[in-house]
Amino acid sequence: MKKSARDITDSNRAINRRALMLGAIQAAVVATLGWRLKTMQLDRADEFRMLSDGNSIKLRLLPPARGLIHDRNGVLLAGNEANYRATITREEAGDPELVLARLRQLIPMTDTAVEAVLTEIGKRSAITPVVVADRLSWEQFASIAVNAPALPGVTPESGLSRSYPRRGDFAHVLGYVGPVSDYDLSRIEDPDPVLMLPEFQLGKLGVEARLEERLRGKAGTRRVEVNSAGREMRELERVEGQQGDTVQITIDAALQNFAVQRLGEESAAAVVIDVQNGDILASASAPTFDPNLFVRGISGPDYRALMEHDHRPLADKTVQGVYPPGSTFKMVPLLAGLDSGLIDAGTRFYCPGHVTVAGRRFHCWSRGGHGSVTAVASLERSCDVYYYELAQKVGADRMAEMARRLGIGVRHDLPMSAIAEGIAPDRAWKRARHDQEWQVGDSINASIGQGYVLASPLQLAVMTARVATGREIAPRLVRAVNGVAVPETAFPELGLNEAHLRIARAGMDAVMNGNHGTALRSRILTPEWRMAGKTGTSQVRNITAAERARGVISNDQLPWNRRDHALFVCYAPVDAPRYAVSVVVEHGGGGGSVAAPIGRDILLFALAGGLPPLDAYPPGQRGGIEEMRARMNLTPPPAPQANGRARA
Amino acid sequence: MSGYLDYKSEQTPIGWRKILYLSWPLVFLLVAVAATGFLMLYSIAGGRAEVWAEPQMERFAVGMVAMIALAFVPVWFWRSISVAAYVVCVLLLVAVDVFGHHAMGAQRWLDVGPVKLQPSEITKIALVLVLAAYYDWLDLNRVSRPLWVLIPVLLILIPTGLVLAQPDLGTSVMLVAGGGLMMFAAGVSLWYFAAVIGGGAGLVFAVLKSRGTDWQLIHDYQYRRIDTFLDPGSDPLGAGYNITQAQIALGSGGWSGRGFMQGTQSRLNFLPEKHTDFIFTSLAEEFGFVGSITLLSLYTLILAFCLYSALTNRDRFASLLTLGIAGTFFLYFAVNMGMVMGLMPVVGAPLPLVSYGGTQLMILLMAFGIVQSAHVNRPR
Repeated sequence: MKKSARDITDSNRAINRRALMLGAIQAAVVATLGWRLKTMQLDRADEFRMLSDGNSIKLRLLPPARGLIHDRNGVLLAGNEANYRATITREEAGDPELVLARLRQLIPMTDTAVEAVLTEIGKRSAITPVVVADRLSWEQFASIAVNAPALPGVTPESGLSRSYPRRGDFAHVLGYVGPVSDYDLSRIEDPDPVLMLPEFQLGKLGVEARLEERLRGKAGTRRVEVNSAGREMRELERVEGQQGDTVQITIDAALQNFAVQRLGEESAAAVVIDVQNGDILASASAPTFDPNLFVRGISGPDYRALMEHDHRPLADKTVQGVYPPGSTFKMVPLLAGLDSGLIDAGTRFYCPGHVTVAGRRFHCWSRGGHGSVTAVASLERSCDVYYYELAQKVGADRMAEMARRLGIGVRHDLPMSAIAEGIAPDRAWKRARHDQEWQVGDSINASIGQGYVLASPLQLAVMTARVATGREIAPRLVRAVNGVAVPETAFPELGLNEAHLRIARAGMDAVMNGNHGTALRSRILTPEWRMAGKTGTSQVRNITAAERARGVISNDQLPWNRRDHALFVCYAPVDAPRYAVSVVVEHGGGGGSVAAPIGRDILLFALAGGLPPLDAYPPGQRGGIEEMRARMNLTPPPAPQANGRARA
Repeated sequence: MSGYLDYKSEQTPIGWRKILYLSWPLVFLLVAVAATGFLMLYSIAGGRAEVWAEPQMERFAVGMVAMIALAFVPVWFWRSISVAAYVVCVLLLVAVDVFGHHAMGAQRWLDVGPVKLQPSEITKIALVLVLAAYYDWLDLNRVSRPLWVLIPVLLILIPTGLVLAQPDLGTSVMLVAGGGLMMFAAGVSLWYFAAVIGGGAGLVFAVLKSRGTDWQLIHDYQYRRIDTFLDPGSDPLGAGYNITQAQIALGSGGWSGRGFMQGTQSRLNFLPEKHTDFIFTSLAEEFGFVGSITLLSLYTLILAFCLYSALTNRDRFASLLTLGIAGTFFLYFAVNMGMVMGLMPVVGAPLPLVSYGGTQLMILLMAFGIVQSAHVNRPR
């Protein structure tokens, strides 16, 4: 088709008109785009910049590794172990139920656990990770990581968790850590933000709680870029945290282990103190429990079993438990009498087996009586009437004052939980506490460690150490922090006459080694380890006149919780004291028959630095000792760690 | 059918002299836009050229050579092959629907030996060619007659239907818009456009109404794109993810941007298609308003040169061709930018010359080769 020039001109005119219209439309669109750019990039830039920063840079806390706890020889008592766990975030998971159903094919999860996780997810915000499974094996951890595409929102994480390799041995001394509760946070003013991290562990009891600030360390920080799904893309800056301080405590793990084993299934406590420097070498409370259970979150039935156990495994009987000390208290009235000059070594009291004061009859444990008794013999034979007479002379206030000087009724400050003060009763105390006047009968009861007197095993050990040295020994539990030794304090003199102290010590020596000693059976034959001690049997009930008339009921016939407490305190060697030991066996029976052998065995272990040779024991007992050792399940001492920070 | 003798050959450069008559400003603008793309591809890859920037540069070099080679081809050649090109494209689209390679849930690619062809891209140009030829042939008086309107409508709808079947909503819309633009330029009565816009509105209504019923007209994911467009905040981690993050990236650029290679949004994989459809957000983030308005200006200048070339060209076919190709180019960048700025629903449309992608880049450069050919050989 041939076109004329006119056609072409017409056509061009038409096209040009439309082309210009098109150009105008395009220009309008471009202007709209430009306007939109201006609105977004200039007018609303700050808003978008904030969103961009907010969704890309986050400050994350690096939980610090908790400080380690070692025994006096560097044995690890509390460490940190890798803990593999999986968390889930609702926002990423989409349908948590479906994701959990898939996860269950990889790791075992009970229906209740799934329910609990779902409830927790519902409670938390959509972006808060919730722990789905804790303490996974490496295989389980790896299988979750490998199957990540099928498990949206599930993140396998590895963190540190507290572990107590010596298990029950140090449950009471060290306590344990656990997840931070709302209650914990409410008690802390201005809490460290690291406490808000999920699964962060806080000291709940014992050394872990009392030295929390030192052990916690300082959190590190990471500045990370995350995508809007919360996944980390790049780390911009990392400030490493600081591990908590390494704490070395005074306890000897081997001795502690022996003491716990020796107490066995009894409801009992034993404390060993180094009388030179006050170091607590062992502080055993039985029965014990595995603190690792609490770190992992103890199951309901396990917790109920511990709570309902009549031997109260959760209580630390060494410092929290207070008991009428019974005859182990007798050094107190004796020294009070000597110190006040009311008696001397030669003063005798006659014991007919009982004494009547203010119309009330007080019995000696020996119904036949001890006859004429001196100070040393009063301890050796544990004559009660001697102290009944003495108490009437000395009075309550002097006895209470001496008790406090020797460490009873005084709160010893150690980094342990709920340390009991005990009671050293005097007139003022009774007036304040019971709004009653002190009776002479109260003095008589107090003189044999009954009535109002209450002491913890720790206080009894301190008392023994003070009698043995004549110095104001104060117990201590922390030996070194970060390898720097805590300086030993020079303990001042008690201010007691050395001659008086020697009388008390002679009496305690006679308890073990005298012909009439109440703990003669538990003596140590090895001359350089010769020990001194004092037995005690304290009643936990009143014996009525009617009962007495029927004849004293033997302990075995009573229900367990009405039997006498068995107590024993001792130290050795007698001429150069090194260790003081106290033992309380709740409802254990006689101090001489039950508590003294335990105290002797623990003391011997301390003296020998391990299991002592059998010839330290009286010949007739060696077979029994061997049998007992065979039954014991001692933890072999681990290779000592050269460097305190070997395991992080 | 007109022959080359229609042109006054003495007024038209011939041989190597043609190179002097190329629209060199246009060449310069294309290089500038493509260079922006290389820069962004380098930045997005985290400072590595070998990932995207280098392959893109190689293809651009090949494409530029092809463009200049095509500029030497006389315009009548394009008119001669237009029908054949159109038929071939329709056949290729049928082949894609039958044998095509699946990518991203849709069949768009055709494996031809070592080359992966995306016929829907070529179709856009072929459609422009065939419509330009049609209107060049059609008597001016018949342009708005219903029968003569129906023919180009069918020419547009056949490939559109095939592309929609892939399914590729974005390209379908581009084909309809590109074809409509050609008809508009050719002078078809504005009443037709009014009718189509009215009908389109009705169709949109029907599409929205059909959702969830058993006569549902489009895919669920397409509905979700519509939802996302209407309210990106409704599902910021799901379907609205792209657009929300794109807008954050874009807006956070501010006046001068965060600086080259400093864009946190693109660096952090907030943008899943950051090297292709969402590359503009990276540019806007790193170079701010200054950078994005500069790119928009470059595009506008390209349009302006094409418009100038079309207006000064006395050959109806060449003018229509130039307007059509420039219009297609315009649709590309307007849809892409409108999409990332939240002015339009998310459809898969690359940023022309900047987004990473071989077929798209090559075809655009060859299309500009045709524009150059129209420009060089225009009767003065």
